[in-house]
Amino acid sequence: MRLEIRGLTKRFGSFTANDHVDLTIEPGEIHCLLGENGAGKSTLMNMLYGLLEPTEGEMLLDGEPVRFGSPGDAIAAGIGMVHQHFMLVPVFTVAENVMLGREQTRGLGFLNRAAAAKLVRELSTTYRLAVDPNALVEEIPVGVQQRVEIIKALANHAKVLILDEPTAVLTPQEINELMGIMRELKKQGTSIIFITHKLREVKAIGDRISVIRRGKVVGTADPSASESELAEMMVGRSVKLTVDKEPAKVGAPVLEVKDVTVVDPRGVQVVKDVSFEARAGEVLGIAGVQGNGQTELIKSLLGLVKPDAGEITIDGKDIRKHGPRESLAEGIGYIPEDRSHDGFVGAFTVRENLVLDLYRNEEFSRGLALRLDALEENAARRIEEFDIRTESMESTVNSLSGGNQQKVVVAREFSRPLKVLIASQPTRGVDVGSIEFIHKRIIAERDKGTAVVIVSTELDEIFALSDRIAVMYDGRIVGTVTPDIAREDIGLMMAGAHGPAEAAEATA
Amino acid sequence: MSTETKTETTPEPEEAQPVEAPTKRRPLRADEWLPSVKTTIAAILLALVIGAVLIAFSSQDVIETLPYFFSYPQDFFAEAGQAIGDSYWALLTGSVGSGHAIATTLVRSAPLICAGLGVTMAFRAGLFNIGAQGQLLVGALAAGYVGFTWDLPPGIHLLVALVAGLLGGAVWGGIAGVLKARTGAHEVITTIMMNYLAAALLIYCLGKNAFQRPGSDNTQSPPVFDSATFPTVGNLHLGVLVAFLAAGLVWWILNRSTLGFEMRAVGANADASRTAGMNVPAVYTTAMIIAGALAGLAATMGILGHHDSLSPTMAGTIGFDAITVALLGRATPLGTVLAGLLFGALSVGGVAMQASAAATPKELTQILQALIVLFVAAPALVQGMLRMKTTDENKTVMAKGWGG
Repeated sequence: MRLEIRGLTKRFGSFTANDHVDLTIEPGEIHCLLGENGAGKSTLMNMLYGLLEPTEGEMLLDGEPVRFGSPGDAIAAGIGMVHQHFMLVPVFTVAENVMLGREQTRGLGFLNRAAAAKLVRELSTTYRLAVDPNALVEEIPVGVQQRVEIIKALANHAKVLILDEPTAVLTPQEINELMGIMRELKKQGTSIIFITHKLREVKAIGDRISVIRRGKVVGTADPSASESELAEMMVGRSVKLTVDKEPAKVGAPVLEVKDVTVVDPRGVQVVKDVSFEARAGEVLGIAGVQGNGQTELIKSLLGLVKPDAGEITIDGKDIRKHGPRESLAEGIGYIPEDRSHDGFVGAFTVRENLVLDLYRNEEFSRGLALRLDALEENAARRIEEFDIRTESMESTVNSLSGGNQQKVVVAREFSRPLKVLIASQPTRGVDVGSIEFIHKRIIAERDKGTAVVIVSTELDEIFALSDRIAVMYDGRIVGTVTPDIAREDIGLMMAGAHGPAEAAEATA
Repeated sequence: MSTETKTETTPEPEEAQPVEAPTKRRPLRADEWLPSVKTTIAAILLALVIGAVLIAFSSQDVIETLPYFFSYPQDFFAEAGQAIGDSYWALLTGSVGSGHAIATTLVRSAPLICAGLGVTMAFRAGLFNIGAQGQLLVGALAAGYVGFTWDLPPGIHLLVALVAGLLGGAVWGGIAGVLKARTGAHEVITTIMMNYLAAALLIYCLGKNAFQRPGSDNTQSPPVFDSATFPTVGNLHLGVLVAFLAAGLVWWILNRSTLGFEMRAVGANADASRTAGMNVPAVYTTAMIIAGALAGLAATMGILGHHDSLSPTMAGTIGFDAITVALLGRATPLGTVLAGLLFGALSVGGVAMQASAAATPKELTQILQALIVLFVAAPALVQGMLRMKTTDENKTVMAKGWGG
């Protein structure tokens, strides 16, 4: 099926999210849609999937103009979508999830589970998806859950499949598997729209690449284009993909973690006997697929959760029993992994968020009274210094773009003298320009002699920043390596192969 | 990026100042508050329109024109217009038509404002305080007991009784706060239950000799001694001034103090507040203590200002009206004051309305209050009915759900 988009435009009030977008998706083509966060990729896809009504323009399927009032219309026309956040019921089996919304019954309202299971098995074999129809969704890995979403779309006879940032939650190995599946789908005639902001992936799998910037298609490229060319199209100016840094001047250990174990409220051990040290003037990267204990580990460092065993010290001082306030006072800078969840107060202004953990200081308050002039002066200074793009310091942080929200968090944490900086996913959902800036600031902080701990699921980021890399899998640190290790090896470690040596063996 | 070199040198304040500093205390921009003021006014007007229909059909003269409506429709419209005009004129003059009326309105508004401020305060900390009624009753018990039992010099007696009222409310609110902070018990449930407990406590106390009015069989206490009452000017008592001062204080706490900063932060995002080192349980407890104290202050308006005696029906529905007042005022101190004044005026004017030629039942004012709040709570409805442009600013006050 050939999908054509002509002059598609979407306006929200005075804001134009998509401006006369033209795209053609040929049958059996993997068409990559490359763009930064907020470039308008999702708006475009939501129009394709019937979630949003276009302001202008038309869509044609095999030359016939179509209009979708709801996702139901889009599905009926043969368009399937795998959302970034899966739409699955965790306590249902794979087959039940697939039949959800179009349940077949055997009269009298009895569900025909056998037929659904058979359908899943057939699709799984045809496209080599290796999915067990009777497994509970909550018990299968994220990568397989994603394949369940693909099966759901295929069960609806999707001819055009939209994959929205599908690789964000996958290990490197799972990404390879997904690409295999995409090739298989392509061979059988399904067109795929692959949305991403990762350059490496579009080059690996794409047949054609369309780059979106500020709601417009700014160009189409072949996969043979170089990464820096693509990045330049995406951002609109030339970008450096690596971080300039001097070799680290490593000092004494500052943060020492010994045999820390964390048990979560469900009673599951999520961090198991983790030991490491972060040294002054050095970046320690903690790599790992999401959900392998990194979140709980760094929360225990700040005192948001109490470790059930082990020791945590800063400069030899025990901080295991500290709450967040004492830990911050001890000189920990903390950039949480999900900024909107616990990094800032969205309804607060930029001015207020910039002192969220500083307002008690003498500089910003006298007794009970806040010193508004000091808050304003601080805000003006930080906005300038960190290049926070905001209408004014009185704008709410909710109204800023992801990159600028993150800059608010970074600016706040960097405005105290730090001994240790703990940054989790410091550039998730942040545009390329801001990534560059935040990385520079992190390295500058390292060069000031701060011990830096970076937790990231993005290997590119880990490699760009780290002087040492610890890999976490299933709550343990399975190995600590230097950044000259091969990508494949670290990928295997992230998937649970113990130690660099073993990983190397496995690749051989 | 050129910022790299620039960051090393601290940017000179001279450079940054002219850009950001000219509006030192930046006044609220019109486009920020105007939409919500517009919808509120629209809600009030809509409620008055619906109220007008009800007035027309509750007037005997109008109903008498109905049988021959199709022959002489003008009779119906003339009578209806007359009734609506009479009623609303009475409502207006009865509430703000004279100095005496205004003073009565102010006195009636004062407890609503105080209790409403308590609800507002808790709202901003992310707590839905349904317990103003109970906090008010306990505050009244304490203030009343001090007022009619202790013998103290004038002035000091008033002050002590006032503080007792504040403390009574604060304790009752604080219990819900501690339960929330320590155990996570949801404040909606605990405050509702505390209301029942307070009502029962009041009846229990009134059955004891210490609270019983001598020579009376009713469950009623004596009124407080004159030494414990607010000084009056005409029919206006000084408590009203205290209520307005309280509103100013609440505004200062919320917008200018570290405590208010913490409350608003916790109310908007408790996780981020905790990560930023705030003591979230302590903030919950403090917010409920202050909220309770404000409800206790509301109680003193009646007991110490109005010579009310303690009785099971003494508080009426002030504690519940406080919730609607806070909602209508969009959980801001100024809004709460204005909403409290509106509700006070409606209730005073309602009596005048009943006495007017149209003899509109005074329950109509309660319908008006309910409609206004209904329309304010559903801004989309008002905008739809009046074809107003939708904006994102018109969010109603939201308390956190059950998970919070």
